[in-house]
Amino acid sequence: MALDIHLWGALRPHADGAPSVSVHATTIRELFRILSERYPGMAPHIARGVAVSINGQIFRDQWDTTLPEGAEIYLLPRIPGG
Amino acid sequence: MPLDTSLVRKPFKVIGQRVTRPDGVDKVTGRAKYGADAFAPGQLIGLVLRSPHAHAKIKKIDTSAAEKLPGVKAVITAADLPDLTGGDRSMRDVLENCLARKKALYDGHAVAAVAAVDAHTARAALKLIKVDYQVLPHVTEVDDALKPNAPLLHDDIFTDGIEPKPTKPSNWCKLAEYGHGDVEAGFKDADFIIERSYKTEQTHQGYIEPHACLANVSPDGTAELWVTTQGPFVYRNQCALLLGIDANKLRVTASEIGGGFGGKTHLWAEPLAMALSRKANRPVKLTMSRDEVFRATGPTSSSCIDVKIGVKKDGTVSAAFAELRYQNGAFPFSWAEFGAMTAWACYDFKNVKSVSKDVVLNRPKCAAYRAPSAPIAAFAIESTMDECAKAIGMDPIDFRIKNAAKEGTKSSYGPVYGPIGIGPTLEAAKKHPHWNAPLAPGVGRGMACGFWFNFGGQTCVDVNVTPDGNVTVAVGTVDVGGSRASLAMAVAEELGVKYEKVRVIVADTSSLGHNDMTDGSRGTFSSSMAAVDATRKAVTTLKERAAKTWEIPVEDVEWADGEARAIGEKYGNLGALSLKDLAKGAGNTGGPIAGHSEIVADGAGVSFATHICDAEVDPETGRTSIKRYTVIQDAGKAMHPSYVEGQYQGGAAQGIGWALNEEYIYGKDGRLQNAGFLDYRIPVCSDLPMIDTQILEIPNPNHPYGVRGVGETSIVPPLGAIGNAISNAAGVRMTHVPMSPPRVLKAINSAKA
Repeated sequence: MALDIHLWGALRPHADGAPSVSVHATTIRELFRILSERYPGMAPHIARGVAVSINGQIFRDQWDTTLPEGAEIYLLPRIPGG
Repeated sequence: MPLDTSLVRKPFKVIGQRVTRPDGVDKVTGRAKYGADAFAPGQLIGLVLRSPHAHAKIKKIDTSAAEKLPGVKAVITAADLPDLTGGDRSMRDVLENCLARKKALYDGHAVAAVAAVDAHTARAALKLIKVDYQVLPHVTEVDDALKPNAPLLHDDIFTDGIEPKPTKPSNWCKLAEYGHGDVEAGFKDADFIIERSYKTEQTHQGYIEPHACLANVSPDGTAELWVTTQGPFVYRNQCALLLGIDANKLRVTASEIGGGFGGKTHLWAEPLAMALSRKANRPVKLTMSRDEVFRATGPTSSSCIDVKIGVKKDGTVSAAFAELRYQNGAFPFSWAEFGAMTAWACYDFKNVKSVSKDVVLNRPKCAAYRAPSAPIAAFAIESTMDECAKAIGMDPIDFRIKNAAKEGTKSSYGPVYGPIGIGPTLEAAKKHPHWNAPLAPGVGRGMACGFWFNFGGQTCVDVNVTPDGNVTVAVGTVDVGGSRASLAMAVAEELGVKYEKVRVIVADTSSLGHNDMTDGSRGTFSSSMAAVDATRKAVTTLKERAAKTWEIPVEDVEWADGEARAIGEKYGNLGALSLKDLAKGAGNTGGPIAGHSEIVADGAGVSFATHICDAEVDPETGRTSIKRYTVIQDAGKAMHPSYVEGQYQGGAAQGIGWALNEEYIYGKDGRLQNAGFLDYRIPVCSDLPMIDTQILEIPNPNHPYGVRGVGETSIVPPLGAIGNAISNAAGVRMTHVPMSPPRVLKAINSAKA
């Protein structure tokens, strides 16, 4: 099942300005692989670090995390802390 | 097998107690070893030559006279640290910030360094280095740096986020936007619109311990670095890259840390100490002066923020907009963008938008500072929210409760929230005795909310049972806020032993796998999760050893209250085997007993707080006294309530200093005028009231004990809460932080006029 992947502003230019894209993916790893292949301009962002919000819970590192069917997925900047 | 983070529902025996802190005696008796306390045989003293100009081209550096001075063992310039970053812009910026290459970009930018037999000789050598500068026009104010004719810092910055990408370089490094709905339509629906512009000045984290390290690079290619840091593994990785050595050859040991608050998550002078040591073939100790700390290490951004909120008479916010312009110092980053993400995160608005503009200018590279960027944004938002409440005659807490985000709210930065804690903190504030206490004449009361993203990250913990039945724990995530106590408590809880039987150390980078820095309020959250995981593995081993000892199936062994017990009536005559018994026999049951954990801790969850402040303003001097202050925040589960309270109080104290006094002051020459604690005033005990705290415990479902990070959110609301209190006390709205006596007095006099 395809998921709507919402992009934050910095990623949108690499998807022709679209605020979201549709991707068939079951894990964060698969999502990042597909996005990098389909939108090469996103690859450097993913390499630097992208956070993934799945139904409101933010994941930064655990790329094995499952993307549930119908989940709300947002890609966000990886924020540093103090 | 991943850690089972199912919440432990049983009553805790150790978690939640106020046990004695493990580092307390050493710290109060002076035994604790900080960054400057290390010594190596033959060590040299390293000092850094810094640019006196805010912006200058470096035409030539002549080090020959310095090199000839007796006692000088090495002099380095950028030529001694060639660019090995392989096109990585962020690491190239780290390198260039540590040591200027073609241009000095701010007052205090390092241009050369020396290592000599003593500090006197090193100082003399610095004076002999001749730098031929071509002074360039400079810019130190955010909005000035955005002007089309502003002096240009970098010719390769073309604003990110604008399509098509600009063809002309500028100081505006990034544009970002967040939000949803139609704000223009929302403003048309409003009964009242409040529109304000705010300005916040640059502040430093103000950690008492300056940056210090001891570098020892051997001719055999190995190296050691003793350093005060929030992230020894990150320092290891980055120094190895910049110096061109393998990471496994560099062992970094974190000293005790005299405060970091984000400022010790970045490299500043450590690569210089290593380069000096490599060139001199001697250990080099480099300790920054306070002047250097202020001029050349991580302050937070100064900013200009425009806010517009439309509100209906019933208290509904119909639209909210903010433009946030933050300076990043001399190197590009995204500090304004993070401000834009956090700005409206406490609220449930149908139409909301924030626009961020990140800017470079001739000041030191900005660094993370405790919930970086969020307090600045919260000052502007919470001040305007208060004005909205006044405009419609509504209590400020009721106004925020009406508009607070809740489970199912679409956040201003995008995702829909799960269960969150802003509502409970507001409800607790409304019921709190502080909010309902009578006010003395001349005292104003204010409140504000705050939000921060917590996170987890890569974490390693080793648990080892000693032959006498005690326990040592090694963790790689530096303890900056009490995580050693929390880890010992977690291990004791899982093992069923007393807290005093467990000792925790912070291991060096050669002893454990990679650990992320202690930032993002992740220290206790992540490390305790790894400690629980490692201890549960050790318990599995302990049960196996008991089974071997008894020669019974392991399935017939349970672990409870610090001992192995055989389950079932058929084992009725078997006495329990304690941790001590099993440790003593370990050599004959399979060897040392240990548990290890290497995890990525995700699921930290976002964090909210509400603060209440009473402030008294002297109308003749403009001086503000904080009379009472209360912090209300969700901790998930407070593993050690005293440490949690300390984090709440510490964040509030730093916020009070930021709100009232702290400020980088630059002269027209672009030089910092107040690089010392005499002229840059952080709060001392006599400036502060007792800061009351209320810990809410709404368990985090992603941690086995329900823990949430608590280190950062407490600095987000103070600027707004104090601004609102001053407004209510003095009858003037303050729009410029710090709200120092001259600014408050000017506002009072302007209002009278």
